[in-house]
Amino acid sequence: MAEIHLTDPHHKFGHTYRRDIWWARPLIIFICLSVFLVYVTWAAFQGNHYTFGPYLSPLYSPEVFGDSPHSWFGAKPGWWPAVLPWSPALLVLWAPGLFRLTCYYYRGTYYRSFWADPPSCTVTEPRKKYRGENSFPLIIQNIHRYFLYIALFFLIFLLYDVWKALWFTRPDTGERSFGIGVGTLVLATNVVLLGGYTLGCHSLRHLAGGFLDRFSGAPIRRSTYRCVSCFNRKHMLWAWMSLFWVMFSDIYIRLCSMGIWHDWQII
Amino acid sequence: MATAIFQIWRGDASGGKFENYSTEVSEGMVVLDAVHQIQAESANDLAVRWNCKAGKCGSCSAEINGVPKLMCMTRLSELSLNKPVLLQPMKAFPLIRDLVTDVSWNFRVKKKIKKFKPRTPDAKDGTWRMAQQDIDRVQEFHKCIECFLCQDVCHVLREHQLHDEFIGPRLLVHVAALEMHPLDVEDRLAAVKKTGGIGYCNITKCCTAVCPEGITITDNAIIPLKERVADRFYDPVKRLLRFLFAKH
Repeated sequence: MAEIHLTDPHHKFGHTYRRDIWWARPLIIFICLSVFLVYVTWAAFQGNHYTFGPYLSPLYSPEVFGDSPHSWFGAKPGWWPAVLPWSPALLVLWAPGLFRLTCYYYRGTYYRSFWADPPSCTVTEPRKKYRGENSFPLIIQNIHRYFLYIALFFLIFLLYDVWKALWFTRPDTGERSFGIGVGTLVLATNVVLLGGYTLGCHSLRHLAGGFLDRFSGAPIRRSTYRCVSCFNRKHMLWAWMSLFWVMFSDIYIRLCSMGIWHDWQII
Repeated sequence: MATAIFQIWRGDASGGKFENYSTEVSEGMVVLDAVHQIQAESANDLAVRWNCKAGKCGSCSAEINGVPKLMCMTRLSELSLNKPVLLQPMKAFPLIRDLVTDVSWNFRVKKKIKKFKPRTPDAKDGTWRMAQQDIDRVQEFHKCIECFLCQDVCHVLREHQLHDEFIGPRLLVHVAALEMHPLDVEDRLAAVKKTGGIGYCNITKCCTAVCPEGITITDNAIIPLKERVADRFYDPVKRLLRFLFAKH
């Protein structure tokens, strides 16, 4: 296949004949993802103000070990290395983090915005050598489906958090009663957006039926495939909306917990 | 009638430069109309490949203001005529002359892809039966007009010139059309991984963005192929299950 000779294919980084503001999109994405990464890293290491009443921040859910009433197995485990800072988020945040990191949509996005590989279509790259996802380390992206499996469990945990966010303890009597606060709606919206993002995953689309060559005779597979494909068509939109809403959910609960915002109870 | 200026690449494999041409333009004109007008008025020797003028033959692929497009489907009203319109040949293929490139590499590579191999006929008369729902996915890929704009915009070919290791989006669409075909029984996954170099695709979706037929190349062809390759070569559990349940 190697009989092709191009004339003068090399230019310096950023060269293009495009007339549009091609750099705006990768720059905006770079800023948005950087803000998210910085905030989530900061919030994960705080280890406090991640609950408020029945609400649990999605960055800390599920709280496997921790000091709040949401904790599954009690306080900080004794085996946690003393040299490491402790936060319940550190036990769980790696899973959704790796799910997004290996996501097909985000891959294409951060290859452009962070690696300039390419910075935009028909714009010259900074590096001459290119290996793509053909070799280590990026070949690891092929195990995205395993992070999908974990992410599906996280959806169940977050759904359970919404259920718990419907039950408020009355401070005067200590009784638990049904209610809906703004925080409940915030957490419910978070699950809907994360659900839309996760259920539109390309790997899930493959598992749901994409691996088949024939759908006739498999009506459930076909319906599932079509359903996932429906979410998949707007995967980018779901990805961004869910990303920002996770961050907003943590901010909401954090500010309520710090007494800066007041959680308005609707019912 | 307004006058527009076109900067057109003139030259061949040994070198060339942009030359300015001005021509009268009117409502409804496409870039190819203007190029033909320039050819008739002031550059009789300007080389340009074209055929149908309807966006179906895929011949008039070029780069218009730095973006790969079909000249016959790009209306002048879409472009700003305050500045000269920049016209150049596709960068990912060897230049023959002016706006004409040698795209034969695509056909040579295509010949090396395993051909369609149908299962045994369903009926005694040697025919097959297919349900529409089985062929829906593949029909999208059959819209391809082989304009090779996707190959041109792909940075693996355009920038890194890995023509000997990567077959490019157009041919991955071709492989997807065969692999997902309900009648086909051939196995191309090892080939698409090794000689096809599917791992080189880093999903930046430039191919999808330039496709004049609106084929969702990345999401519907390349990523599903990547998933099938992951099934076969990268999923440790599936590899273990295949090993355990393989007929020894």
